[in-house]
Amino acid sequence: MRKLSFSQAIDDALAQAMSADPRIILFGEDTPLIRRNLLVRFGPKRVRGAPISESAFLGAGVAAAMSGLRPVVELYMADFLGVCVDALLNHAAKLETFSGGKWRAPLVVRTPCGGGYGDGGQHEQSLWGWLAHIPGLTVLVPSTPADAGGLMLAALEQDGPALFFEHKLLSETWLEFLGSGGRRSLQFDLPTAGVKGGVPEKWEPLPIGKALLHREGDDLTIVSVGVGVHRALEAAKRLGKEGISVGVLDLRTIAPLDKTALCEAAAKTRRLLVVDEDYEGFGLSGECCAVVAEAGIACRYGRVCTRGSIPYARQLEDEALPGVERILEAARKLTDANERGERRKGETQE
Amino acid sequence: MTRKSSTQVVMRPDAWALYALILKSRLFEEATARLWHDGLISGELHLGTGEEGIIAGIVAHLREGDAMALDHRGSAALLMRGVDPRLILRELLGKPDGLCGGMGGHMHLFSREHLAASSGIVGAEGPSAAGFALSAQYLHPGSIAVALFGEGAMNQGMLLESMNLASAWKLPVVFICKDDGWAITTKSKNVTGGDLLERARGLGVPAIEADGRDVTAAWEACRVAVERARSGQGPSFLRLRCVHLEGHFLGFQLIRMLRDPLGEMPGIGIPLTGAFLRGGGASLRERLGGVRVVLGAVLATLADPRQGAGNDPVRRARRLLQANKARLQELERRVREEINQALESALEEVPA
Repeated sequence: MRKLSFSQAIDDALAQAMSADPRIILFGEDTPLIRRNLLVRFGPKRVRGAPISESAFLGAGVAAAMSGLRPVVELYMADFLGVCVDALLNHAAKLETFSGGKWRAPLVVRTPCGGGYGDGGQHEQSLWGWLAHIPGLTVLVPSTPADAGGLMLAALEQDGPALFFEHKLLSETWLEFLGSGGRRSLQFDLPTAGVKGGVPEKWEPLPIGKALLHREGDDLTIVSVGVGVHRALEAAKRLGKEGISVGVLDLRTIAPLDKTALCEAAAKTRRLLVVDEDYEGFGLSGECCAVVAEAGIACRYGRVCTRGSIPYARQLEDEALPGVERILEAARKLTDANERGERRKGETQE
Repeated sequence: MTRKSSTQVVMRPDAWALYALILKSRLFEEATARLWHDGLISGELHLGTGEEGIIAGIVAHLREGDAMALDHRGSAALLMRGVDPRLILRELLGKPDGLCGGMGGHMHLFSREHLAASSGIVGAEGPSAAGFALSAQYLHPGSIAVALFGEGAMNQGMLLESMNLASAWKLPVVFICKDDGWAITTKSKNVTGGDLLERARGLGVPAIEADGRDVTAAWEACRVAVERARSGQGPSFLRLRCVHLEGHFLGFQLIRMLRDPLGEMPGIGIPLTGAFLRGGGASLRERLGGVRVVLGAVLATLADPRQGAGNDPVRRARRLLQANKARLQELERRVREEINQALESALEEVPA
């Protein structure tokens, strides 16, 4: 099996799809430079540079997708979706409903996201929950090179609008561009299994809406996406040494959510911890809890998410993001027998 | 206390004061660049080196109550406006006693006291300046707001909408376009239609062009726009050309490649060649078209006249003052000492 880095895998899957389907074109700010390896293979008609006009080029991407093209629109950062979300919220996402199911926009929005390299709270947000909240959008958050390539291919083959989040700690290209700038003086907490990994010789699309159980466990299930999956795996390994058996479920897709896998895991371990780099309130973590509760599964629940705007200072940033230490603390709390006893005692006293 | 009316202000540029401002900013940013290279400043760092003439040209006209909407390279404007350099440095180092408690960082610098707000979202300076100007118009007429942005931002809808809003509401805004010809790492002419001055005029905003590398020319252009805004005649648009001596941000790969071809070339060239030769994809002609685009970017970066003396507002301003050597040396000593002291003090608790 060949090994590729996270962004190489995405570009490789993209290239395979572009060779097979001439309708796929790429555009965004600085795209000819950033995707130069695709540019010299597919030419400037298909790999285009856009002005700093997100509303215009994302909106144009939606209508281009409605009229025969399969655009991959690249945004510099998920944060910049704030400038142009109308194209997704009021247009791409509504088209299928408004047309009575007769028209869809096969658009892929590829965007770097996430923190851990000290770029400040306007350049490190995750925001996938915000997008997944909108009915009509597919939201993909891969955690490994193999999943990234397979999900990119799947996004290109389906017929509706999809958001593809590429975490900057997983992507050496983006981390180099925005984080290190070639400096060797910096250290990042890189999830190595996500940065580089084995990928198939020929890409096959992965099923959208299908979670992957990375690790079986009996006492607790940690559910996450993206970099959070690797933090969860690290925590699970350490908890294993303490005698706590922890499973890790990688949702891979946020919308649609794999409710079956989520409920099965929750029903098995009866303890659920959601690790989400996106904001805590009104997002993926709460949604997972709602899904399990709606299914009538009695389950202890906790979450480790990003609570406020992400601080610039590196140490404060690390504390704000869902790191391994915070996961360990929450997991121990959820699995602590004494605390459960205390809780039951408290309930009977009421 | 009464404000100075515009007639009382001496309307001649003070070349010494302007040189002191831009030199202070330059020395400060050279210091921050070293801290960034040493890994003490995280993330991206966009320097204002090369645009100091523009910043000094406008800031010299500002007075208490005026507001500044800044972009992702706001240090120079804040510094010249009077923010303590130590506070900015502590912020860039991510310290709790920094300008914003270490929470904002270099793209998100704020000083409530100076009515100065930065944003890392390109074009966001437009709506901010319009809002600051609305408050000024309503609460304290005679005060103005300044928006500082690059020519890349001129393709951002919200900025153009703000220019129209300011025009329709006669808001006291000075829109300052620091035109260095590059939108991030793309040549602006490749992604921009029409003429920017005409664009502004089409929205009813008078437009002036000047050489922003010459601080006195920038100052003069700003004077006209500031007077117009203060006297209630509405917004102006200034296009002031400059060259960013370090490009869009520190560590940009193409610039690194030009400075260290042997070190950086393989990482770019090998995958590029592999992709060019790979089966499946466009015809040779299209592929060559792609190669031309990449080469064009490299050549444009190579040809960008970053280090030429004529492009450096500091060297240009200094040349005019050289006749009075003693005064010049004294000024430079004083500015250097101020920045060195700020740096020393800011680094006190940082491990070597």
